[in-house]
Amino acid sequence: MKTLELNTAIDIGFDFDELLRQVHAVGKTVLAVHAAEVDRDARFPKEAFAALRHTKLLSAYVPTEFGGMGLNIVQIGQVCEALGQYCGSSAMIYAMHCIQVACVVHHAQDSSYYRNYLWELVADQRLMASATTEIGTGGDLRSSVCAIEVSGREFKLTKKAPVISYGGTADDIFVTCRRSPESPASDQVQVLVRRGEFTAEPLSTWDTMGFRGTCSSGFTLTAAGDVAQIMPTPFDEILTQTMHPYSHIVWCSLWTGIAADAVNLARSFVRAEARKTPGETPISAIRLAEVDRVLQEMRHNVQSLTREYHELLKQNDPEAFRGFGFSIRTNNLKVTCSQRIVEIVGQALLICGISGYRNDSKFSLARHLRDAYGAALMVNNDRITKLNATMLMVHKEAF
Amino acid sequence: MSDIETKLLNDVQAIREIVAQQGRLSVDVFELDTTSDLYSAGLTSLATVGIMLALEDRFNIEFPESMLSRKTFNSIASISGAVSQLAT
Repeated sequence: MKTLELNTAIDIGFDFDELLRQVHAVGKTVLAVHAAEVDRDARFPKEAFAALRHTKLLSAYVPTEFGGMGLNIVQIGQVCEALGQYCGSSAMIYAMHCIQVACVVHHAQDSSYYRNYLWELVADQRLMASATTEIGTGGDLRSSVCAIEVSGREFKLTKKAPVISYGGTADDIFVTCRRSPESPASDQVQVLVRRGEFTAEPLSTWDTMGFRGTCSSGFTLTAAGDVAQIMPTPFDEILTQTMHPYSHIVWCSLWTGIAADAVNLARSFVRAEARKTPGETPISAIRLAEVDRVLQEMRHNVQSLTREYHELLKQNDPEAFRGFGFSIRTNNLKVTCSQRIVEIVGQALLICGISGYRNDSKFSLARHLRDAYGAALMVNNDRITKLNATMLMVHKEAF
Repeated sequence: MSDIETKLLNDVQAIREIVAQQGRLSVDVFELDTTSDLYSAGLTSLATVGIMLALEDRFNIEFPESMLSRKTFNSIASISGAVSQLAT
C-alpha cells in the first residue's frame, strides 16, 4: 500500500484530452467496425486489442516511472466509458485488464519481481485476466478451494474456474487460492500465472445473451512458477482496497458508455424525425429529454464514487478503507448502474421504435440491450444487496 | 480469585462462545490462545458483523464505526479489550 498515491498525480505535460480523442478515434475506426461480428460470433475482439496495444493503452494505469501512462482512476474511468460507446465486450475486457494492473500497481511495487513485470507489461503490452470464482465456492470471492503448494522456490496450483474472461487469449492470469493446503478457505493469496507456465483445459463454453466477445468460458487451470509470483499483500486487503472498488468503478463507467451510445442513437433518430417536420418538436424528443436526464444521473453517480476512491487513494493509508461505509457505497453504485443501463437502453429503444428493434438497422439497439442485462448478473445484484444488508446492520452514517 | 478476575474469565469464555457461533472459523476457537490471530484462523470482516451484534447483545454495549476494524477483532484478547473499554 506504500505506492497507492503514485497514480493520483497527472504527469505534467501529458495531454489527457488528446489521449481521449485518440481513444474515440480507435473506438470509431476499429471497435465499432468489428463490434457486430465480435458479438455475433462470440469471438475475442482481436482487432480492438491490436489497436489498444498499438496506442499503449494496456499500460495506461502503469506509473510513468515504469514507462506507463500513469493515468489515475478518474481518467481510466473516462477511457472505459469512451470504449463502451463502441463495443461493450472490448470495453469490458479492457476494464477487467485494468483491474488486474491496478492490483500490481497498488500492492506489489515493493517486489522486484513485480517491478520487472510492470516494465514487461509496458514493453509487450501484456493482457492480464483474472481467475477468482471457483467451482465449489458459490461465487464467493473471499473463499477458495484450491491451494498453492510450495516446494523450494517453486509453486504449483490447479483451479477449476467456472469463468475466466478471455482466458483463452490472456497473456497472464491472476489466480486466487488458499495460502497453503492447510489454510482455511478465507486465507487467500493472489498468484500471477503466465502464458507458457499454465495450461487451461476448457470446462464450459460462453454462448450468452450479451458481452459475448469477452469469451468468459470456464477452465481447469494448472500452473507452476516461482514463489516470487505470489502477491506480497494478502488477498483480502487487495480486494478491499483495489479489486472491489476498482472493478465496480470501471464496470459502471463502461456501462455508462453503452448507455450513452444508446442515447446517441436515439438522438440521431429523433433528429432525423425532426428534419421531416421542421419547426415542430417530435414526441420522441420528449422521451429523449427524459432519458438524457437518467443518463446524467448515472454518469454523475459513477463520477462521484470515482472521485471518492481517488481521494482515498491519495491518502495512501490502508486505514482509510476501514469500516463498511465505502464498501456499501461502492456496492450501491454497482446495483444502481446495472439497473439504469437497462432503463436507459429500454427508453432509447422506445424512441427508435422498430428501427431500434431491428438487427439490420443503423439504429439497432439489440446488442446494447443484451449487454445491458448482463450488468446485474456479473457479481449478482442479489449477492451484493445481501452483503450490504449485513454490513448496514452495523454501519451508521457519519455525522 | 477476585471478583474482577472471575468476571474477566467469564467474559472471555462468553466471547469464545460468540466467536465459535458467529466466526465461521476453520479451527476450534476453544483450542486457540487468547492472543492467536483470528483472521489466519479463517475470520473475515463480514463474519465480524455477526460477532459484533452478538457481543452488543450479550454485554449490552454498542460498537462505534471506528472500532469496526481488524485491530478490534484480531484476537480473543483484543475483542475482550474492546468489550471492557465499551462497557465502562
